[in-house]
Amino acid sequence: MSVAAERLPAPRRVGASARAWAAIRRHTLTVFALLALVYLLLPIAIVIAFSFNDPPGRFNFTWNEFTLDNWTRPFGFPGLRDSVVLSLEVAALSSIVATILGTLIALALVRYDFRGRASTNLLIFLPMATPEIVMGSSLLTLFLNYGFPLGFTTILLAHVMFNISFVVVTVRARLAGFDRHLEEAAMDLFATPWNTFRRVTFPLIAPGVIAGGLLAFALSVDDFVITYLVSGSEQTFPLFVWGAARVAVPPQINVIGTAIFLVALLLMLANILWQWRRADR
Amino acid sequence: MFLHRHPRLIPYLLLLPGILFLVVFFLVPMYYLGFTSLQSGDLFAGYRFTWAWDNYRDAFTLYEGHFLRSLQYAGLATLFAFVISYPLAYWIAFRGGRWKNLLLLLVIAPFFVTYLIRTLAWKTILADQGIVVDVLRALHLVGEDGRLLATTTAVVAGITYNYLPFMALPLYVSLEQIDTRLIEAAEDLYASSVRAFLRVTLPLSLPGIFAGTLLTFIPAAGDFINAELLGTPRQLMIGNVIQSQFKEVADYPQAAALSFVLMAGILLLVLLYARAVGSERATRTAA
Repeated sequence: MSVAAERLPAPRRVGASARAWAAIRRHTLTVFALLALVYLLLPIAIVIAFSFNDPPGRFNFTWNEFTLDNWTRPFGFPGLRDSVVLSLEVAALSSIVATILGTLIALALVRYDFRGRASTNLLIFLPMATPEIVMGSSLLTLFLNYGFPLGFTTILLAHVMFNISFVVVTVRARLAGFDRHLEEAAMDLFATPWNTFRRVTFPLIAPGVIAGGLLAFALSVDDFVITYLVSGSEQTFPLFVWGAARVAVPPQINVIGTAIFLVALLLMLANILWQWRRADR
Repeated sequence: MFLHRHPRLIPYLLLLPGILFLVVFFLVPMYYLGFTSLQSGDLFAGYRFTWAWDNYRDAFTLYEGHFLRSLQYAGLATLFAFVISYPLAYWIAFRGGRWKNLLLLLVIAPFFVTYLIRTLAWKTILADQGIVVDVLRALHLVGEDGRLLATTTAVVAGITYNYLPFMALPLYVSLEQIDTRLIEAAEDLYASSVRAFLRVTLPLSLPGIFAGTLLTFIPAAGDFINAELLGTPRQLMIGNVIQSQFKEVADYPQAAALSFVLMAGILLLVLLYARAVGSERATRTAA
């Protein structure tokens, strides 16, 4: 608090040159940071811009002419619609299952003391620290050794698997400040355990659970490597892009990509605004 | 009720379904990866377990170059990601003010664009007639017929780009937690700001550096999308070999052996790295 006030008045040695040096340094950092942001955002701008391109050939890599056709016919390419539908189905199902399983684990880790906590933490951490190609290969060898047919089920199982850890980490982070006295108060007031959970616990952990679920959904829609290995002949949207990239890159891919980007961005912005409003209150 | 009499069981019941799932679909598959890697045979007659250590000998002799290239590309990408991310994370943490969350959103924005699509966008950016190549040619940094696409530079740039947020986020978290009064105190004690940075800020951000380098290096070492889309056969990484052995050649034992070596190699590097940094120090503030 008083640290700033107690600081000596500007030291004598600060002359014009030192001030200029400080200004340059200060702005160097800002300029560098802005350049880094441009680097991060440039490809996104390209993706969006090229969704309005009328490509000269089969590959949408060079700018030709502005058109709205791709947006009016977003599924105007064989197989694209099916792949998007499959991606959404897998993402919805896997994120729901992973959110339930992951939230239960997070509750156990945050609220209870039990033997085996360290190994549980390790098991949660490992999938996040393993290269996707290794996880995908190992799942594939499991399915191959049992002659399990590859397809929708194997994709779903894989997605639940890699999503659980991310849900646990997200929910646990939000649960860390959880006040157990609130639950005890409810119990003292003769609420049943179920009512305590429904009326007290769940509303408190809901933001974390929703954040975990959204993250799982996003990871699932985006996953390529693991899905590619365990998919058999099924095609999710990223697999469709991969398959298409060898023979053609239709601009409709950019339309779907832009749409996914905008939905995710809006959700994140809503989340930030919500946090700002909570902070202001 | 049963649980009222045995409250100690509650955490285990909460853990059971999720942990069981991870055991069956994460740990058990690792066993099968090892099991498959020691099989021999062919796709039509079927593969049988025969302690075929040859698969591992082949993994090292035939694919040594791919392993080394993967480590090299992943190492370079991690280094570049660090050099780009640290000032960015520093700027957001200490100069971001009210806009911190919004700026962070910009940092992770690439994640909202499907991985393959944002990598394809680099094809447009680095294209032979693209603006980047034109500028480099004008500056004579590349020759008249020089190109970026289908080079090592393109692959490393793509990997750097794709995993950069994994580096920037942990760096930001550790920098944001630093009590700025510590830095002020160092400067009050007449440390130059460079010295204050080296002796206070940098060591305090070590957990973020540790987490960020691991989160970048590990997936980068297994990546094959950038090499496939932005490179040529001369840039192929070990991930490319594994996926083609599984999906195209269908030599499952060889693919499994390669995967196993990749995993073991990364695990070893992580342990050595943790030891060098001092895992105690590196993970302390993460808790």
